[in-house]
Amino acid sequence: MTAALKLEHISKSFPGVRALADVSFSLRPGEIRALVGENGAGKSTLMKILSGAYSADEGRIELFGEHVVDPTPASMIGRGVAVIYQELAQAPHLTVTENVLMGRLPMRAGLVDWPRAHRTTAEVITRLGFEVDPRARIGDLSVAKRQMVEIAKAIARNARIIVLDEPSAVLAQAEIDQLFLIIRQLAAEDGVAFAYISHRLREVFEISDTVTILRDGKVVHDGPSAAMTTDGLIRSMVGREVGDVFPTRHPRIGAEALAATGLTTRTMLKNAGITLRQGEIVGLFGLAGAGRTELLRAIYGADPVESGELRVKGRTVTTGSPRRGIALGLGLVPEDRKTEGLFLIQSVGFNIMSASLGRILRRGLLSSLLEKQIVRGLIDRLHIKTPNAATAAQNLSGGNQQKCVLARLVSAGCEILLADEPTRGVDVGAKREIYDLLVELAESRGLAILMASSELPEILGLCDRVYVLREGEVTAELDARRTTEEEVMHFAALH
Amino acid sequence: MMGAFMKNLPRGAGLAGALVVLIVAASFISPHFLNPINILNVLRQVALYGILGVGMTFVILTKGIDLSFGSTVALTGVAGALLLEQGVPIALMVPACLALGVAIGAANGFGVSYWRIPAFIATLGTMVMVRGFALMLADGGTVNPGRHADTFFFLGGGYLFGVPTPIYVFAVVCAVAAIVLGYTPFGRAIYAVGSSEEAARLSGINVPLVTFGVYAIGGFLAALSGLIFLSRLSVGDPNSGLGLELEAITIAVIGGTSLFGGEGTVLGTIGGAMVLAIIANVLNLAGVSPFSQQVVKGAIIILAVLLETGRRSNK
Repeated sequence: MTAALKLEHISKSFPGVRALADVSFSLRPGEIRALVGENGAGKSTLMKILSGAYSADEGRIELFGEHVVDPTPASMIGRGVAVIYQELAQAPHLTVTENVLMGRLPMRAGLVDWPRAHRTTAEVITRLGFEVDPRARIGDLSVAKRQMVEIAKAIARNARIIVLDEPSAVLAQAEIDQLFLIIRQLAAEDGVAFAYISHRLREVFEISDTVTILRDGKVVHDGPSAAMTTDGLIRSMVGREVGDVFPTRHPRIGAEALAATGLTTRTMLKNAGITLRQGEIVGLFGLAGAGRTELLRAIYGADPVESGELRVKGRTVTTGSPRRGIALGLGLVPEDRKTEGLFLIQSVGFNIMSASLGRILRRGLLSSLLEKQIVRGLIDRLHIKTPNAATAAQNLSGGNQQKCVLARLVSAGCEILLADEPTRGVDVGAKREIYDLLVELAESRGLAILMASSELPEILGLCDRVYVLREGEVTAELDARRTTEEEVMHFAALH
Repeated sequence: MMGAFMKNLPRGAGLAGALVVLIVAASFISPHFLNPINILNVLRQVALYGILGVGMTFVILTKGIDLSFGSTVALTGVAGALLLEQGVPIALMVPACLALGVAIGAANGFGVSYWRIPAFIATLGTMVMVRGFALMLADGGTVNPGRHADTFFFLGGGYLFGVPTPIYVFAVVCAVAAIVLGYTPFGRAIYAVGSSEEAARLSGINVPLVTFGVYAIGGFLAALSGLIFLSRLSVGDPNSGLGLELEAITIAVIGGTSLFGGEGTVLGTIGGAMVLAIIANVLNLAGVSPFSQQVVKGAIIILAVLLETGRRSNK
């Protein structure tokens, strides 16, 4: 049988980084292959080469036995490749039909034949075994349904190879089950080949026939999934023992820093309460939509709160605005670093100083001299890798960008750190640096840290305690050193 | 190759280069260009339009736009002429007119920041309304301030040590603006809001207040410019100042202010005003008709934006 896809000896470099080195990746028709690796391992680059978005520096692409000479996104779609990205590229104002049949709506007498368009869409949807009105607007659908619509779009285009980039990151268990059902059905009955990218290792074992592991742009393992163990997988991905991923903790826990009771917001939080002590790192875990981000933002004062009480260092306070939160010693590392955390086009120095300009104010004017000193000090202390303080933040790597956000909070004298997915989109080495930094802030400077994360190993490996959220409620408070992934998941997903 | 060349240029080098080329070309095109009297003339133009350019720079830095400048110029001109006609002393009339400008700007700022009306729409509305007020005040005609105009003429048409007065005004405006933008928390907040509103808010910046502030500053500078025009023309004309907002936007954009917010300097805006004034001057000296001049101006705007996007994509 000819392979559906053969990527052979692919190499790709970006300025300063060799993203892929001699990578080979193949798919047989009907095969479900998992592609795993840490952030920055080269998964996205490889998939972008497959989609035609990037062109490889070296190597050869073969689709169904045919050599693809000059791949472009349009030609790869034409050859049956569909890539479904984590951040779905859908037009929220258009209907399901318009998305599924985008660019190829059936025409009659120069006009769109809507009845036929909706019928075709309904047929594809039925075939995939889920329910959605073809006339519904994408923006009104749940994330899970949108994901299905993307798959329907791929099927409507007769895709023979479908790449799913972290499809489960935003799905609940029941939705994942349905997605897997559809994937297996398409693979078995129609011979569609799948490349499944995921961070969730359990899923990798559940869905995939074979697994390819990437590390630092190279293939480090390629074989049947059944022959692999979770530990082996992690070892291959990380390239070191699991224990080394997280710094050793020596917690020195002090007095209560923050206590929130009965926090309720209009849309999400229901009577949520947490406490934080000085020097403590507390995890906040929950599935997507459980209210992690909402809880952090409510405490910080970024979003309005309906009811609830907040105590900072023993004093009952009202937040209500980020400005007030900062004055109380709170600091937020926002979930979306690029739009909420940083001023991307501004310099590293601008970003670091932006919440503590008062420190460099002399006789009403900002002192560039003082600013340079403070910024240089923080760049050194937090090991921010940047050519200089004047470099635009957008030119830094994800990890160093995140360190700029942390440097800003340190400069602002933050005592209670609310970190929302602090290591998202950060490569392995930088992850460790951020962990080290958080630990240092907690243990040597006595900061109280509340860290929301969707990666359980991170929470269990780094935190002292963990709060579990489900549907806006705190369902458990666990000792992070004694609990297990299963126990946390039980409280996050039950009912 | 061109890409690599452009990438290695520091910011503003393109503008400085363009200025040099323009000046050399201008001196070849017309022997009168380098005449001191002509140069002072050009600088006066730079000052007249540059004040508006600086005002627009503040607004555009926050990713906004203000289309009401031209109407504000007309209304303050008419109001100032009326006050002078009534015998109100200059020392009272000037602050009153400036306050009027701030009020118009504040209305814009309020609509944009607290009611969240898109800047383009909010200021388009005030542009039409303010023009209407000017026409109402002047009763459709023009307002002649009479004998009081003579003393007031100094502001726009006079000379101090042989240099036209507006140039001094412009110099003060630029100095204050550069200090505010570069060396005050408010200036930093302007760049922050223009770079990312949400990041600014989460950093504790009062985004609505900053937005409100830049429109008020814009209104103030438009009124200042309106007073200078009144002084030069010696008559309050409700139809004056047509299209000045576009002139101001052009100056800011040529000066490297990004319409996407967060990028731009006073120095660049001064350069932008110079480029525009020199081109207009040369075209005049060369006897090009005002109609063709408009075509050239339009082409320059497109060219400036094109170069700017080229610089960005080469990053």
